[in-house]
Amino acid sequence: MNANVGAQLGLAYAFVEREIALSKRYWAWEIVWLVYGIVTSLSVAYIALGAPGITGGSSDPALVSRFVLYLLVGTITWRFLGLIFEQMGETIAWERWEGTIEYTFMAPVPRLTHLLGMCGATLVRALGFSVAILAAVALFVPVDLSHANVASALVLLATGAVAFIGLAIGSAVFPLLWTEKGLQMAYIVQAVVLLVSGVYYETNVLPAWMQPLSFVSPATYVIRGMRDALLDGADLAHVWPNLWPALLVGAISIPLGLRVFLWAERHAKRTGRLKRSG
Amino acid sequence: MAVQVREAIRTEKKTAALAAFEVRKEFRPAKVTPGGGTNVRAVDDVSLSVWRGEIYGLLGANGSGKSTLIRLFSTLLTPDAGEVRVFGLDIGRDELAVKRLINRVSVEASFFKKLSAMENLVYAGRLYGVAPDESRPKIVSILRRLGIEDRRMREPLEQLSRGMQQKVAIARAFLSTPMLLLLDEPTTGLDIRSKREVQTFVRDLRDEHDATILLTTHDLDEASRLADRIGILHQGRLVAEGTPAELAARHGGGTLEDVFMTLTGRRLEDADATDAERPT
Repeated sequence: MNANVGAQLGLAYAFVEREIALSKRYWAWEIVWLVYGIVTSLSVAYIALGAPGITGGSSDPALVSRFVLYLLVGTITWRFLGLIFEQMGETIAWERWEGTIEYTFMAPVPRLTHLLGMCGATLVRALGFSVAILAAVALFVPVDLSHANVASALVLLATGAVAFIGLAIGSAVFPLLWTEKGLQMAYIVQAVVLLVSGVYYETNVLPAWMQPLSFVSPATYVIRGMRDALLDGADLAHVWPNLWPALLVGAISIPLGLRVFLWAERHAKRTGRLKRSG
Repeated sequence: MAVQVREAIRTEKKTAALAAFEVRKEFRPAKVTPGGGTNVRAVDDVSLSVWRGEIYGLLGANGSGKSTLIRLFSTLLTPDAGEVRVFGLDIGRDELAVKRLINRVSVEASFFKKLSAMENLVYAGRLYGVAPDESRPKIVSILRRLGIEDRRMREPLEQLSRGMQQKVAIARAFLSTPMLLLLDEPTTGLDIRSKREVQTFVRDLRDEHDATILLTTHDLDEASRLADRIGILHQGRLVAEGTPAELAARHGGGTLEDVFMTLTGRRLEDADATDAERPT
């Protein structure tokens, strides 16, 4: 039993090691994405700093600082969750582009182990990017974390990661089924999740017909809970109303995403889509 | 299960490494034709057996169904009908165990292009449970034997020639010590020298490591040079099978080219040109 778990972890680590090696070789692109992430987050933070001048609202430094943190929590949390979604979604598309998809799928690696390895690699990258962006942004704008409950925030982030992994595994099915346009479909799903999850605003500003979508997006709860934890120091008991829905989405979406992925793999094998050129 | 199978077949000489029974595979046409397109049968009730330790050459023109068969045997496609067994294991029901016994080299050397040969092969080794400590010296040894210098092993694969990349692909397949090696036109596009090196390596692989090899090719010279038995595939059907001598005796004598022409009504080069549109 233990030997098997060890063997599976060894197999899963192959994907982590591969992704690290690819990141090193594509280092210039990694810098591009990092700079892009920093600049985007910084731009959002400057919106908060400039808001009193634009709207004529309060210029109380405490309120402005709170607004800066409000937006930064949204943008950096979304960067973290979005990276998980993108990288997992690209699991198939990237391998198809490289031409390695057939070798990965004919290797004696259980699909669960394969996806677990990809999740591991994705989490390492997403966490590294998010920490780097936060550190870089803090050099330019005042980030007041004096009231933050870091433990609650970390629990929420971990929960959000789990919930998003399930969704991301599900979205990786698009490139498996639709070889030409599948990745674009996955990006559209990601964009809709961004819109409805209250990344930069409260979800009650959305049109009434759109708001139900925010209820099913785990990002809504994670970002809301992160704000409670980092702006107001909410402990686990206080973030629980936002924690359990995210946990529930994760508990449903991971097994569901895996089942859908396995079904899609079988379908791809029946229809001949499991190949490099589609 | 794969370990038990390996043990069992060591003690038994006459074992079917690969057995296919009435395998059929159809594809829906890529483009919708006026009036609705009908499915194209890429593999049409093919039955064949490859014995342990044998090199079996599957000869056919482009579009004859060779690659589809290889993809079926390597678990990348599921057959619409029929059964495929690898050392007695069903490729559908015992997929993971079958995967541990096989490996494949395709016509395109598919790698992570920015990674080096060493990085690609260490990764491939890990997928087959070979730890880097074990795989690294083995990789160096195989690649040296295939004529790749040490310094080139650490260069991104996109900087290596097509011939070198194909040799790395063969090294990747060999690294997992497969019991059954599926070679899908491994020498297509290679220069004469690289082609000969690969062919020698394939034969050595069988002789030294008890591997069974299924080789697809549309190169008559390669088929007769390497294969113990040859199957001729034409429009998805296996139209003849035997040793080169048996085929010649059965189909009017002459060369393998003559046999191919007798069976299909065309020369191989002509068939390549006209059948290339069939899905594989």
